[in-house]
Amino acid sequence: MVVAEHSRTETFAMAEVHSPLQLSPATERLKGSPCERILLLACGALAREIIELKRINNWVHLDLHCLPAKLHLFPNQIPDAVEASVLKFRQHYDKIFVVYADCGTGGLLQDRCRKLGVEMIAGPHCYAFYEGLESFDSHQESELTSFYLTDFLVRQFEAFVIKPLGLDRFPELRDTYFGNYEKVVYLAQKDDAELEQEARRCAQFLGLEYERRVTGYGDLERVLSRLEP
Amino acid sequence: MDDYDDLILSELPNEELVPQMHDDLYDGLNEEVVEGVNILLERGWLPYRVLTEALVEGMRIVGIDFRDGILFVPEVLMSANAMKAGMTILKPLLIETGAPRMGKMVIGTVKGDIHDIGKNLVSMMMEGAGFEVVDLGINNPVENYLEAIETEDPDILGMSALLTTTMPYMKVVIDRLKELGIRDNLVVLVGGAPLNEEFARAIGADSYCRDAAIAVETAKEYMARKHNQLVAAG
Repeated sequence: MVVAEHSRTETFAMAEVHSPLQLSPATERLKGSPCERILLLACGALAREIIELKRINNWVHLDLHCLPAKLHLFPNQIPDAVEASVLKFRQHYDKIFVVYADCGTGGLLQDRCRKLGVEMIAGPHCYAFYEGLESFDSHQESELTSFYLTDFLVRQFEAFVIKPLGLDRFPELRDTYFGNYEKVVYLAQKDDAELEQEARRCAQFLGLEYERRVTGYGDLERVLSRLEP
Repeated sequence: MDDYDDLILSELPNEELVPQMHDDLYDGLNEEVVEGVNILLERGWLPYRVLTEALVEGMRIVGIDFRDGILFVPEVLMSANAMKAGMTILKPLLIETGAPRMGKMVIGTVKGDIHDIGKNLVSMMMEGAGFEVVDLGINNPVENYLEAIETEDPDILGMSALLTTTMPYMKVVIDRLKELGIRDNLVVLVGGAPLNEEFARAIGADSYCRDAAIAVETAKEYMARKHNQLVAAG
Protein backbone atom coordinates (compact mmCIF):
# COMPACT_ATOMS: atom_id res chain seq x y z
CA MET A 1 0.00 0.00 0.00
CA VAL A 2 1.15 3.50 -0.43
CA VAL A 3 1.64 4.21 3.11
CA ALA A 4 2.00 7.87 3.60
CA GLU A 5 4.46 6.72 6.05
CA HIS A 6 4.53 9.81 8.04
CA SER A 7 7.83 11.06 8.94
CA ARG A 8 9.77 13.51 10.89
CA THR A 9 9.84 15.42 7.68
CA GLU A 10 7.27 14.73 5.07
CA THR A 11 4.58 13.43 7.26
CA PHE A 12 2.68 16.03 8.83
CA ALA A 13 1.78 18.57 6.41
CA MET A 14 -1.54 16.97 6.08
CA ALA A 15 -5.03 18.21 6.43
CA GLU A 16 -5.87 21.65 5.28
CA VAL A 17 -5.97 24.31 7.86
CA HIS A 18 -5.66 27.50 5.93
CA SER A 19 -7.95 28.21 3.09
CA PRO A 20 -6.06 29.67 0.19
CA LEU A 21 -5.69 33.31 0.96
CA GLN A 22 -7.91 35.54 -1.05
CA LEU A 23 -6.05 38.02 -3.16
CA SER A 24 -7.56 41.12 -4.48
CA PRO A 25 -7.62 40.82 -8.26
CA ALA A 26 -4.04 40.99 -9.34
CA THR A 27 -4.81 43.12 -12.33
CA GLU A 28 -6.32 45.77 -10.10
CA ARG A 29 -3.37 45.72 -7.84
CA LEU A 30 -0.97 46.20 -10.69
CA LYS A 31 -2.63 49.26 -12.12
CA GLY A 32 -0.19 52.08 -11.83
CA SER A 33 2.12 50.08 -9.65
CA PRO A 34 5.56 51.58 -10.08
CA CYS A 35 7.56 48.72 -8.61
CA GLU A 36 8.07 45.06 -9.39
CA ARG A 37 5.37 42.82 -7.98
CA ILE A 38 6.31 39.43 -6.67
CA LEU A 39 3.93 36.62 -5.82
CA LEU A 40 4.86 34.17 -3.12
CA LEU A 41 3.20 30.90 -3.99
CA ALA A 42 3.39 29.12 -0.68
CA CYS A 43 2.37 26.09 1.29
CA GLY A 44 -0.59 26.88 3.55
CA ALA A 45 1.45 25.66 6.48
CA LEU A 46 3.64 28.75 6.07
CA ALA A 47 0.87 31.32 5.69
CA ARG A 48 0.91 32.73 9.19
CA GLU A 49 4.69 33.00 9.25
CA ILE A 50 4.93 34.70 5.86
CA ILE A 51 2.20 37.17 6.76
CA GLU A 52 4.08 37.96 9.96
CA LEU A 53 7.35 38.41 8.07
CA LYS A 54 5.65 40.70 5.57
CA ARG A 55 4.26 42.77 8.41
CA ILE A 56 7.52 43.00 10.35
CA ASN A 57 9.61 43.84 7.30
CA ASN A 58 7.03 45.92 5.47
CA TRP A 59 7.41 43.79 2.35
CA VAL A 60 4.58 45.48 0.52
CA HIS A 61 5.94 44.33 -2.83
CA LEU A 62 5.25 40.69 -1.93
CA ASP A 63 1.80 39.20 -2.42
CA LEU A 64 0.92 35.83 -1.01
CA HIS A 65 -1.14 32.99 -2.37
CA CYS A 66 -1.26 29.76 -0.45
CA LEU A 67 -2.06 26.27 -1.60
CA PRO A 68 -3.80 23.95 0.85
CA ALA A 69 -1.38 22.50 3.38
CA LYS A 70 -3.18 19.19 3.01
CA LEU A 71 -1.39 18.70 -0.29
CA HIS A 72 1.41 17.28 1.82
CA LEU A 73 -0.77 14.25 2.32
CA PHE A 74 -0.24 13.55 -1.35
CA PRO A 75 3.16 15.05 -2.20
CA ASN A 76 2.92 13.80 -5.76
CA GLN A 77 0.09 16.30 -6.29
CA ILE A 78 2.17 19.29 -5.24
CA PRO A 79 3.97 19.85 -8.59
CA ASP A 80 0.69 19.94 -10.54
CA ALA A 81 -0.95 22.23 -8.01
CA VAL A 82 2.03 24.59 -8.09
CA GLU A 83 2.10 24.57 -11.88
CA ALA A 84 -1.61 25.36 -12.10
CA SER A 85 -1.16 28.35 -9.81
CA VAL A 86 1.94 29.57 -11.60
CA LEU A 87 0.08 29.49 -14.90
CA LYS A 88 -2.91 31.21 -13.33
CA PHE A 89 -1.00 34.05 -11.76
CA ARG A 90 2.09 34.60 -13.85
CA GLN A 91 0.54 37.13 -16.21
CA HIS A 92 -0.19 39.39 -13.27
CA TYR A 93 3.25 39.34 -11.70
CA ASP A 94 6.79 40.19 -12.61
CA LYS A 95 8.02 37.23 -10.67
CA ILE A 96 6.66 34.22 -8.83
CA PHE A 97 8.61 32.61 -6.01
CA VAL A 98 7.55 29.17 -4.83
CA VAL A 99 7.74 28.87 -1.07
CA TYR A 100 7.91 25.11 -0.88
CA ALA A 101 10.95 22.99 -0.18
CA ASP A 102 11.10 19.58 -1.81
CA CYS A 103 8.41 18.46 0.64
CA GLY A 104 8.47 14.79 -0.24
CA THR A 105 8.18 15.25 -3.99
CA GLY A 106 11.45 13.45 -4.56
CA GLY A 107 12.84 16.24 -6.73
CA LEU A 108 9.75 16.49 -8.93
CA LEU A 109 8.82 19.94 -7.65
CA GLN A 110 12.30 21.23 -8.38
CA ASP A 111 12.10 19.83 -11.91
CA ARG A 112 8.69 21.40 -12.46
CA CYS A 113 9.81 24.79 -11.17
CA ARG A 114 12.82 24.64 -13.45
CA LYS A 115 10.57 23.95 -16.43
CA LEU A 116 8.24 26.77 -15.41
CA GLY A 117 11.16 29.13 -14.95
CA VAL A 118 10.34 29.93 -11.33
CA GLU A 119 12.55 29.72 -8.29
CA MET A 120 11.74 27.79 -5.15
CA ILE A 121 13.15 27.60 -1.67
CA ALA A 122 16.06 25.19 -1.21
CA GLY A 123 16.09 22.22 1.11
CA PRO A 124 14.17 19.06 1.83
CA HIS A 125 11.42 20.53 4.02
CA CYS A 126 10.39 23.42 6.24
CA TYR A 127 12.13 21.97 9.30
CA ALA A 128 15.40 22.33 7.48
CA PHE A 129 14.89 25.89 6.32
CA TYR A 130 13.55 27.07 9.65
CA GLU A 131 16.60 25.75 11.40
CA GLY A 132 18.91 26.71 8.56
CA LEU A 133 20.02 24.14 6.00
CA GLU A 134 23.61 23.90 7.19
CA SER A 135 22.71 23.49 10.81
CA PHE A 136 20.01 20.96 10.01
CA ASP A 137 22.31 18.92 7.79
CA SER A 138 24.99 18.85 10.45
CA HIS A 139 22.90 16.83 12.89
CA GLN A 140 20.80 14.76 10.55
CA GLU A 141 22.46 11.52 11.51
CA SER A 142 22.36 12.11 15.22
CA GLU A 143 18.72 13.13 15.04
CA LEU A 144 17.52 10.26 13.00
CA THR A 145 14.93 9.40 15.60
CA SER A 146 13.65 12.94 16.13
CA PHE A 147 10.17 13.94 15.14
CA TYR A 148 9.97 17.63 14.32
CA LEU A 149 7.24 20.09 15.09
CA THR A 150 6.91 23.70 14.05
CA ASP A 151 4.59 26.40 15.37
CA PHE A 152 2.14 25.43 12.66
CA LEU A 153 2.19 21.77 13.58
CA VAL A 154 1.85 22.48 17.27
CA ARG A 155 -1.18 24.65 16.59
CA GLN A 156 -2.65 22.14 14.20
CA PHE A 157 -1.50 18.96 15.86
CA GLU A 158 -4.95 17.47 15.93
CA ALA A 159 -5.80 18.39 12.35
CA PHE A 160 -2.44 17.47 10.86
CA VAL A 161 -1.20 14.64 13.02
CA ILE A 162 -3.86 13.00 15.11
CA LYS A 163 -6.72 12.90 12.64
CA PRO A 164 -4.89 12.09 9.41
CA LEU A 165 -3.08 9.26 11.12
CA GLY A 166 -6.35 8.03 12.57
CA LEU A 167 -5.03 8.24 16.12
CA ASP A 168 -8.35 9.66 17.26
CA ARG A 169 -10.07 6.51 16.04
CA PHE A 170 -7.26 4.00 16.52
CA PRO A 171 -5.04 5.16 19.38
CA GLU A 172 -3.40 1.74 19.35
CA LEU A 173 -1.64 2.72 16.12
CA ARG A 174 0.49 5.30 17.91
CA ASP A 175 3.47 3.02 18.30
CA THR A 176 3.09 1.68 14.79
CA TYR A 177 3.75 5.22 13.56
CA PHE A 178 6.07 6.50 16.23
CA GLY A 179 7.71 3.42 17.68
CA ASN A 180 11.04 4.17 16.02
CA TYR A 181 11.14 7.76 17.23
CA GLU A 182 12.70 8.83 20.50
CA LYS A 183 12.19 12.54 20.78
CA VAL A 184 10.02 15.41 19.66
CA VAL A 185 12.09 18.40 18.62
CA TYR A 186 9.98 21.52 18.57
CA LEU A 187 11.52 24.05 16.20
CA ALA A 188 9.83 27.17 17.49
CA GLN A 189 9.37 30.15 15.24
CA LYS A 190 8.05 32.23 18.11
CA ASP A 191 9.10 32.14 21.72
CA ASP A 192 5.60 31.54 22.96
CA ALA A 193 4.84 29.97 26.34
CA GLU A 194 1.45 28.64 25.33
CA LEU A 195 2.79 26.96 22.23
CA GLU A 196 5.62 25.52 24.27
CA GLN A 197 3.13 23.97 26.68
CA GLU A 198 1.13 22.62 23.79
CA ALA A 199 4.26 21.17 22.19
CA ARG A 200 5.05 19.38 25.42
CA ARG A 201 1.56 17.92 25.39
CA CYS A 202 2.14 16.73 21.82
CA ALA A 203 5.33 14.96 22.87
CA GLN A 204 3.54 13.40 25.80
CA PHE A 205 0.75 12.22 23.55
CA LEU A 206 3.27 10.57 21.26
CA GLY A 207 5.12 9.05 24.22
CA LEU A 208 8.38 10.76 23.23
CA GLU A 209 10.98 12.87 24.94
CA TYR A 210 10.85 16.58 24.32
CA GLU A 211 13.25 19.30 23.25
CA ARG A 212 12.63 22.82 22.07
CA ARG A 213 14.80 25.01 19.87
CA VAL A 214 13.81 28.55 19.07
CA THR A 215 14.79 28.88 15.44
CA GLY A 216 12.90 31.97 14.44
CA TYR A 217 12.14 32.04 10.74
CA GLY A 218 15.62 30.90 9.73
CA ASP A 219 16.31 30.64 6.02
CA LEU A 220 12.72 31.52 5.22
CA GLU A 221 13.29 35.12 6.28
CA ARG A 222 16.72 35.30 4.68
CA VAL A 223 15.46 33.98 1.35
CA LEU A 224 12.38 36.20 1.23
CA SER A 225 14.39 39.26 2.18
CA ARG A 226 16.39 38.83 -1.01
CA LEU A 227 13.29 39.17 -3.15
CA GLU A 228 13.85 42.85 -3.68
CA PRO A 229 11.36 45.03 -5.50
CA MET B 1 -26.17 -3.78 15.41
CA ASP B 2 -27.37 -6.46 17.77
CA ASP B 3 -27.46 -9.05 15.01
CA TYR B 4 -23.83 -8.36 14.29
CA ASP B 5 -22.85 -8.45 17.92
CA ASP B 6 -24.58 -11.78 18.32
CA LEU B 7 -22.84 -13.34 15.36
CA ILE B 8 -21.25 -16.60 16.46
CA LEU B 9 -18.44 -17.39 14.04
CA SER B 10 -18.24 -21.05 14.99
CA GLU B 11 -21.85 -21.54 13.92
CA LEU B 12 -21.24 -20.23 10.42
CA PRO B 13 -20.64 -22.69 7.58
CA ASN B 14 -17.34 -22.21 5.75
CA GLU B 15 -18.94 -20.42 2.83
CA GLU B 16 -20.22 -17.77 5.22
CA LEU B 17 -17.35 -17.79 7.65
CA VAL B 18 -14.69 -16.95 5.08
CA PRO B 19 -16.48 -13.84 3.72
CA GLN B 20 -17.15 -12.87 7.33
CA MET B 21 -13.42 -13.13 7.99
CA HIS B 22 -12.81 -10.85 5.01
CA ASP B 23 -15.17 -8.33 6.59
CA ASP B 24 -13.47 -8.68 9.97
CA LEU B 25 -10.08 -8.21 8.37
CA TYR B 26 -11.42 -5.18 6.54
CA ASP B 27 -12.62 -3.78 9.85
CA GLY B 28 -9.33 -4.57 11.57
CA LEU B 29 -10.86 -6.91 14.16
CA ASN B 30 -7.92 -8.91 15.47
CA GLU B 31 -9.80 -11.19 17.85
CA GLU B 32 -12.42 -12.15 15.31
CA VAL B 33 -9.81 -12.88 12.65
CA VAL B 34 -7.86 -15.06 15.06
CA GLU B 35 -11.04 -16.84 16.06
CA GLY B 36 -11.91 -17.45 12.42
CA VAL B 37 -8.45 -18.83 11.69
CA ASN B 38 -8.73 -21.24 14.60
CA ILE B 39 -12.18 -22.38 13.54
CA LEU B 40 -11.04 -23.16 10.00
CA LEU B 41 -8.02 -25.04 11.31
CA GLU B 42 -10.24 -27.05 13.64
CA ARG B 43 -12.42 -27.90 10.66
CA GLY B 44 -9.40 -29.44 9.01
CA TRP B 45 -8.37 -26.70 6.60
CA LEU B 46 -4.69 -26.70 5.75
CA PRO B 47 -2.89 -23.62 7.06
CA TYR B 48 -1.96 -22.59 3.53
CA ARG B 49 -5.61 -22.64 2.49
CA VAL B 50 -6.60 -20.53 5.50
CA LEU B 51 -3.83 -18.11 4.67
CA THR B 52 -4.70 -17.69 1.01
CA GLU B 53 -8.48 -17.91 1.03
CA ALA B 54 -9.23 -16.11 4.28
CA LEU B 55 -6.36 -13.73 5.00
CA VAL B 56 -4.62 -12.93 1.72
CA GLU B 57 -7.90 -12.64 -0.14
CA GLY B 58 -9.20 -10.34 2.60
CA MET B 59 -6.13 -8.15 2.33
CA ARG B 60 -6.50 -8.12 -1.44
CA ILE B 61 -9.91 -6.49 -1.00
CA VAL B 62 -8.41 -4.02 1.48
CA GLY B 63 -5.68 -3.22 -1.05
CA ILE B 64 -8.19 -2.52 -3.81
CA ASP B 65 -10.22 -0.18 -1.63
CA PHE B 66 -7.06 1.57 -0.52
CA ARG B 67 -6.02 2.11 -4.12
CA ASP B 68 -9.49 3.40 -4.94
CA GLY B 69 -9.41 5.90 -2.11
CA ILE B 70 -12.13 4.17 -0.10
CA LEU B 71 -9.79 3.15 2.70
CA PHE B 72 -6.94 5.20 4.10
CA VAL B 73 -3.66 4.42 5.79
CA PRO B 74 -5.00 4.02 9.35
CA GLU B 75 -7.66 1.56 8.23
CA VAL B 76 -5.13 -0.40 6.19
CA LEU B 77 -2.82 -0.59 9.19
CA MET B 78 -5.65 -1.89 11.35
CA SER B 79 -6.39 -4.54 8.73
CA ALA B 80 -2.71 -5.39 8.51
CA ASN B 81 -2.54 -5.81 12.27
CA ALA B 82 -5.49 -8.17 12.11
CA MET B 83 -3.79 -10.17 9.36
CA LYS B 84 -0.62 -10.23 11.40
CA ALA B 85 -2.55 -11.67 14.33
CA GLY B 86 -3.87 -14.43 12.08
CA MET B 87 -0.43 -15.00 10.58
CA THR B 88 1.05 -15.48 14.04
CA ILE B 89 -1.02 -18.61 14.38
CA LEU B 90 -0.45 -19.82 10.85
CA LYS B 91 3.28 -19.20 10.49
CA PRO B 92 4.56 -22.12 12.59
CA LEU B 93 1.93 -24.39 11.09
CA LEU B 94 2.94 -23.41 7.58
CA ILE B 95 6.50 -24.42 8.35
CA GLU B 96 5.28 -27.79 9.65
CA THR B 97 2.82 -28.54 6.90
CA GLY B 98 4.71 -26.92 4.06
CA ALA B 99 3.47 -24.36 1.57
CA PRO B 100 4.45 -23.45 -1.96
CA ARG B 101 7.54 -21.28 -1.85
CA MET B 102 7.58 -18.46 -4.33
CA GLY B 103 11.05 -17.15 -3.66
CA LYS B 104 13.14 -15.32 -1.12
CA MET B 105 13.36 -11.61 -0.43
CA VAL B 106 15.73 -9.52 1.62
CA ILE B 107 14.15 -6.19 2.51
CA GLY B 108 15.13 -3.16 4.57
CA THR B 109 14.77 0.58 4.98
CA VAL B 110 17.90 2.39 3.82
CA LYS B 111 20.50 4.15 5.92
CA GLY B 112 19.35 7.36 7.54
CA ASP B 113 15.70 6.38 7.48
CA ILE B 114 13.69 4.91 10.33
CA HIS B 115 10.36 4.61 8.57
CA ASP B 116 9.08 1.11 8.23
CA ILE B 117 5.33 1.07 7.92
CA GLY B 118 5.36 0.50 4.17
CA LYS B 119 8.23 -1.94 4.39
CA ASN B 120 6.44 -3.92 7.08
CA LEU B 121 3.32 -4.11 4.97
CA VAL B 122 5.32 -5.34 2.02
CA SER B 123 7.04 -7.96 4.19
CA MET B 124 3.74 -9.22 5.48
CA MET B 125 2.05 -9.33 2.09
CA MET B 126 5.06 -11.04 0.55
CA GLU B 127 4.98 -13.69 3.27
CA GLY B 128 1.28 -14.10 2.68
CA ALA B 129 2.02 -14.67 -0.99
CA GLY B 130 4.46 -17.45 -0.18
CA PHE B 131 7.77 -15.60 -0.19
CA GLU B 132 10.35 -16.17 2.47
CA VAL B 133 11.21 -12.71 3.77
CA VAL B 134 14.36 -11.66 5.59
CA ASP B 135 13.60 -8.27 7.08
CA LEU B 136 16.66 -6.18 7.93
CA GLY B 137 14.64 -3.49 9.68
CA ILE B 138 15.47 0.21 9.48
CA ASN B 139 18.53 2.42 8.88
CA ASN B 140 20.54 -0.10 6.89
CA PRO B 141 23.97 0.77 5.51
CA VAL B 142 25.07 -0.97 2.35
CA GLU B 143 27.05 -3.51 4.38
CA ASN B 144 23.87 -4.89 5.92
CA TYR B 145 22.38 -5.55 2.50
CA LEU B 146 25.57 -7.15 1.22
CA GLU B 147 25.89 -9.41 4.22
CA ALA B 148 22.27 -10.54 3.96
CA ILE B 149 22.65 -11.17 0.23
CA GLU B 150 25.67 -13.31 0.87
CA THR B 151 24.16 -15.33 3.68
CA GLU B 152 20.57 -15.58 2.47
CA ASP B 153 21.04 -15.79 -1.29
CA PRO B 154 17.73 -14.05 -2.03
CA ASP B 155 15.97 -13.78 -5.37
CA ILE B 156 14.79 -10.27 -4.60
CA LEU B 157 16.21 -7.26 -2.81
CA GLY B 158 13.68 -4.73 -1.55
CA MET B 159 14.65 -1.25 -0.41
CA SER B 160 12.40 1.33 1.16
CA ALA B 161 12.83 5.03 1.93
CA LEU B 162 10.40 7.69 2.99
CA LEU B 163 12.62 10.71 2.96
CA THR B 164 13.76 12.73 0.00
CA THR B 165 17.09 12.93 1.75
CA THR B 166 17.52 9.18 2.12
CA MET B 167 16.17 7.82 -1.14
CA PRO B 168 19.42 8.48 -3.04
CA TYR B 169 21.07 5.91 -0.80
CA MET B 170 19.34 3.21 -2.81
CA LYS B 171 21.68 4.05 -5.65
CA VAL B 172 24.66 3.62 -3.35
CA VAL B 173 23.52 0.05 -2.67
CA ILE B 174 22.81 -0.75 -6.32
CA ASP B 175 26.12 0.72 -7.45
CA ARG B 176 27.92 -1.42 -4.90
CA LEU B 177 26.12 -4.51 -6.18
CA LYS B 178 27.30 -3.61 -9.68
CA GLU B 179 30.87 -3.16 -8.51
CA LEU B 180 30.76 -6.59 -6.94
CA GLY B 181 29.30 -8.07 -10.11
CA ILE B 182 26.20 -9.41 -8.36
CA ARG B 183 23.61 -6.87 -9.45
CA ASP B 184 22.12 -9.10 -12.11
CA ASN B 185 21.73 -12.01 -9.75
CA LEU B 186 18.95 -10.14 -8.01
CA VAL B 187 15.70 -8.41 -8.76
CA VAL B 188 15.82 -5.03 -7.06
CA LEU B 189 12.48 -3.55 -6.06
CA VAL B 190 12.22 -0.11 -4.49
CA GLY B 191 9.39 1.75 -2.82
CA GLY B 192 8.48 4.67 -0.58
CA ALA B 193 6.35 7.78 -0.74
CA PRO B 194 8.73 10.19 -2.52
CA LEU B 195 9.86 7.63 -5.11
CA ASN B 196 8.57 7.22 -8.62
CA GLU B 197 9.25 5.07 -11.67
CA GLU B 198 11.64 7.58 -13.15
CA PHE B 199 13.75 7.56 -10.01
CA ALA B 200 13.78 3.77 -9.94
CA ARG B 201 15.00 3.68 -13.54
CA ALA B 202 17.60 6.34 -12.88
CA ILE B 203 19.19 4.48 -9.98
CA GLY B 204 19.16 1.14 -11.80
CA ALA B 205 16.43 -0.66 -9.87
CA ASP B 206 14.28 -3.20 -11.69
CA SER B 207 10.96 -1.79 -10.57
CA TYR B 208 9.31 0.85 -8.45
CA CYS B 209 6.42 -0.54 -6.41
CA ARG B 210 3.77 2.00 -5.55
CA ASP B 211 2.20 -0.12 -2.85
CA ALA B 212 2.47 -3.48 -1.13
CA ALA B 213 0.01 -5.20 -3.42
CA ILE B 214 1.97 -4.06 -6.46
CA ALA B 215 5.18 -5.22 -4.81
CA VAL B 216 3.72 -8.71 -4.49
CA GLU B 217 2.44 -8.76 -8.06
CA THR B 218 5.77 -7.48 -9.37
CA ALA B 219 7.75 -10.00 -7.36
CA LYS B 220 5.54 -12.83 -8.63
CA GLU B 221 6.01 -11.70 -12.23
CA TYR B 222 9.78 -11.66 -11.87
CA MET B 223 9.75 -15.08 -10.26
CA ALA B 224 7.55 -16.48 -13.03
CA ARG B 225 9.92 -15.02 -15.62
CA LYS B 226 12.89 -16.53 -13.83
CA HIS B 227 11.12 -19.88 -13.68
CA ASN B 228 10.34 -19.73 -17.41
CA GLN B 229 13.93 -18.89 -18.22
CA LEU B 230 15.14 -21.83 -16.18
CA VAL B 231 12.64 -24.12 -17.90
CA ALA B 232 13.72 -22.83 -21.31
CA ALA B 233 17.38 -23.24 -20.42
CA GLY B 234 16.78 -26.71 -18.99
